[in-house]
Amino acid sequence: MNANAENRNGLLRVSDLRTYLDVPSGVIKAVDGVSLEVNRKEAVALVGESGSGKSMTALTIIRLQPVVARILSGEILLNDVDLLTLDTASMCDLRGTEIAMVFQDPMTYLNPVMRAGAQVAEVVLEHQEVSKGEARSQVLDAFERVGIPSPQRVYDSYPHQLSGGMRQRVLIAMAISCRPSLLIADEPTTALDVTIQAQIMDLLAHLREELQNALFLITHDIGLVAEHCDRIYIMYAGQIVEHADTFTLFAEPKHPYTEGLLRSTLSPDKRVEVFETIEGQVPNPTDMPSGCRFHPRCPHVKDVCREESPPSLDLGEGRMVACWLYE
Amino acid sequence: MAGDYPLLRYSVRRILQAVPLVFWVIIINFTIIHLAPGDPAIYLASVTEATPEAYAELRKEFGLDKPLYVQMGIYLWKLLHLDLGYSTWHNSPVLGVIIDRLPATMLLMATAFSIASLMGVVLGVIASRYSYSVGDHLATLASLAGYSMPIFWLGQLLILFFALYLDWLPSQGMYSMRGVEPGWPAVLDVLKHLLLPAITYATYHMTLVFRITRGKMQETLAQDFILTAKSKGLNERRVLYRHALRNALLPVVTVIGINFAYVMAGSVFTETVFGWPGMGRLIFESITARDYPMILGIFLVVSMMIMLANLITDILYALIDPRVAYN
Ligand SMILES: Nc1ncnc2c1ncn2[C@@H]1O[C@H](COP(=O)(O)OP(=O)(O)O)[C@@H](O)[C@H]1O
Ligand code: SF4
Ligand SMILES: [Mg+2]
Repeated sequence: MNANAENRNGLLRVSDLRTYLDVPSGVIKAVDGVSLEVNRKEAVALVGESGSGKSMTALTIIRLQPVVARILSGEILLNDVDLLTLDTASMCDLRGTEIAMVFQDPMTYLNPVMRAGAQVAEVVLEHQEVSKGEARSQVLDAFERVGIPSPQRVYDSYPHQLSGGMRQRVLIAMAISCRPSLLIADEPTTALDVTIQAQIMDLLAHLREELQNALFLITHDIGLVAEHCDRIYIMYAGQIVEHADTFTLFAEPKHPYTEGLLRSTLSPDKRVEVFETIEGQVPNPTDMPSGCRFHPRCPHVKDVCREESPPSLDLGEGRMVACWLYE
Repeated sequence: MAGDYPLLRYSVRRILQAVPLVFWVIIINFTIIHLAPGDPAIYLASVTEATPEAYAELRKEFGLDKPLYVQMGIYLWKLLHLDLGYSTWHNSPVLGVIIDRLPATMLLMATAFSIASLMGVVLGVIASRYSYSVGDHLATLASLAGYSMPIFWLGQLLILFFALYLDWLPSQGMYSMRGVEPGWPAVLDVLKHLLLPAITYATYHMTLVFRITRGKMQETLAQDFILTAKSKGLNERRVLYRHALRNALLPVVTVIGINFAYVMAGSVFTETVFGWPGMGRLIFESITARDYPMILGIFLVVSMMIMLANLITDILYALIDPRVAYN
C-alpha cells in the first residue's frame, strides 16, 4: 500500500506536512499533518469543504504559500527529491516544467495587461531554448490541444476580450505547455457556468490521456470527481480524514464526514452546497475543537472523540480512515 | 482596418477632444484676468503720474475702452497669428520673452522631473520587494520627510550647506558671472548650476512617485495573476518588473501626469530661490508687475503644456492598459 517505499510509479509523496499561518487573531493550522501520494499518470482528488486547507496544501507543494505561512514539518518528494530543501532557482526550474498549476478563477489569474498568447509563450521561453517564433507556434499548438476554436485570434487577445471558459482554457494551455508530469488543478471549474464546467473536466481527462500527466484535482464538489479520478483524499480542517479508491469510497464511505459529503451530493437538489447539508459549521480556524475536529458536527460522536484525536487507521488495500469508530 | 488599431483610434479621438478645450481655456483665461481687480491703465497712469485725459488716452491706446467681447475677439485674432501681445514691462513681444525663458525651465524641470519619476518608480519597486524590512521603513520615513518639506525651505537648506558652507556649488543663476570658455567647460558650468535646483524640485516629486509606486506594487503583488506568474517558474525579477510593475504603473502614470501640472508651480518656488532665469521666475515677476499681456501669455502657454501633458498621460495609460483603448 502507501507505505511501499519502492513504489516505482511514485511521482509525488507528501508526508506529515504542516503549514501554519500566523494571522492577527492567532495561528491557523491550515495544513496539519497531511500525507498523500500521487503516482505517475494517475488522477487523484483532494476533496473538502471550503476552508479545509486544500489550496494551502497545493500552494505548499509548489512552494508558493503566502508570506504569513510557516512550514513546520514535512517532506514533499517529487521524483524522490525533497522540494522543501531545494533552493529558489531549482524550484523555479521545476515550476511549469515538472509541476504546473491551474487555479480557480480564470478572471483574476490572468495578467490583464498582457496578451493571452504572450502569457503562455512566456512559460515556453522561460524553460526552453527556443526562438520567439518557435514559442509562438508551440503556444498555438497548445491552444488547439485545449480546444480553443480560433487560436490565432485568442493569441492576440487580451484577457478581458475572452469569456471565462476561454480564459480557463488559456490557463490550462499555459499549464500543459511544457508537458509537466504533475498537473495540479485547484477548483478549476468552480468559477464557471455549469455547462462549461463539464467541458473543462472532460478536457482535463482528455489531456491526461494524451500527455500522460498525473492530475491532482482539488475540489469541494465530490460529485465532480467520481467520473474523473482514480483515488480520493477527503480533507477536513487541515487533516486527511479518509482515503480510498473512488469506487470503494462511493460504495462504502467510512468516515462520518465523507458520508455527509456523499449524502449532500446524492440529495435530489444537486445544487445544495455541502455545508448546508452537514449539520453545523466549519470550525473556527484559529480555535480548533479538541480531539476529533469533526466531533461538534458528527452524528456518531463518542466520549473519546472529544478528548483525543483519532489515529489514522490503515484498513488495508490502500484504505485509510481517521475515526474512533473503526478503532 | 481601423478596428486593428484601437490605440491609434483612441489617440486621435483624444486629440480631437482636446481642440475645443483649447478654445475654452483661452476664453476662460482671458475672462479671469479681466475680472481680476486692478486696471493696468490705472497702474501705468500712476507710474507716469498722468492726468485723467492721459489716462483715457492710455485706455484707448490699449483698446481697454472697447467692450470686453471685442477685446476678446481682437485677442483671438492675434493669437491665430501667434501674437500674444506686447509687454510694456519688458518692452518686447510676450511670445519672445516666453521663448527666451522656456529653455531654462525646460532644462531644469524636465531634468528634475524625468530623473525623479524614474528613480521614484525604481525605488518604489525595490521597497515593495523588501516590504516592511528595516530598509523599507527607513525609506518610507525619508520619503515622508522629503514629501512634506516645503520646496523653498529645502532649497535654502541646500544653498546653506552646499553653496555657502562647503562652497562646492553655485547658489544663484544658470551661468557663472565670470565668463567660461565655450564648449565643454560651458556645459559643465550650466550643469553645476543645475544640480541644486534640480535636486530641490526632484526631491519632492521623487518622494511622491516613490510612495505611490510602493503602495501600488504591494497591492498588485497580492493579486491572483502574480501567483500564476510565479507558478510558471519565472524568477522574482521577472514577476516584479514584467507582471507587477506594468499593472502598478497605471495609477503611477496618472499621478505623474497630474503632477506635471504642478511643475510650473514648483518652478516658481525653485527658480525664485535659485535665481534661475526661467518661466517660474517670469511668472513671479509678471504678477508682481501686473504685466497683463505677459500673465495672459504665460497662462496660455502653461495651460497648453498642461493639456499636452494630460494628453500624453491618457495615451500612455492606454498604451499600458489595453482595456482603455478597447472600450
Ligand atoms: N493568505 C492567507 N492569509 C491568512 N489566512 C489564510 C490565507 N489563505 C488561506 N487562509 C486560511 O487558511 C485556511 C485554509 O484555506 P484554504 O487552503 O484556502 O482552504 P480551501 O482551499 O480548502 O478552501 C482557511 O482558514 C483560510 O481562511
Ligand atoms: S472520531 Fe468520533 S467525532 Fe470524529 S468522526 Fe469519528 S465518530 Fe465522529
Ligand atoms: Mg481553495
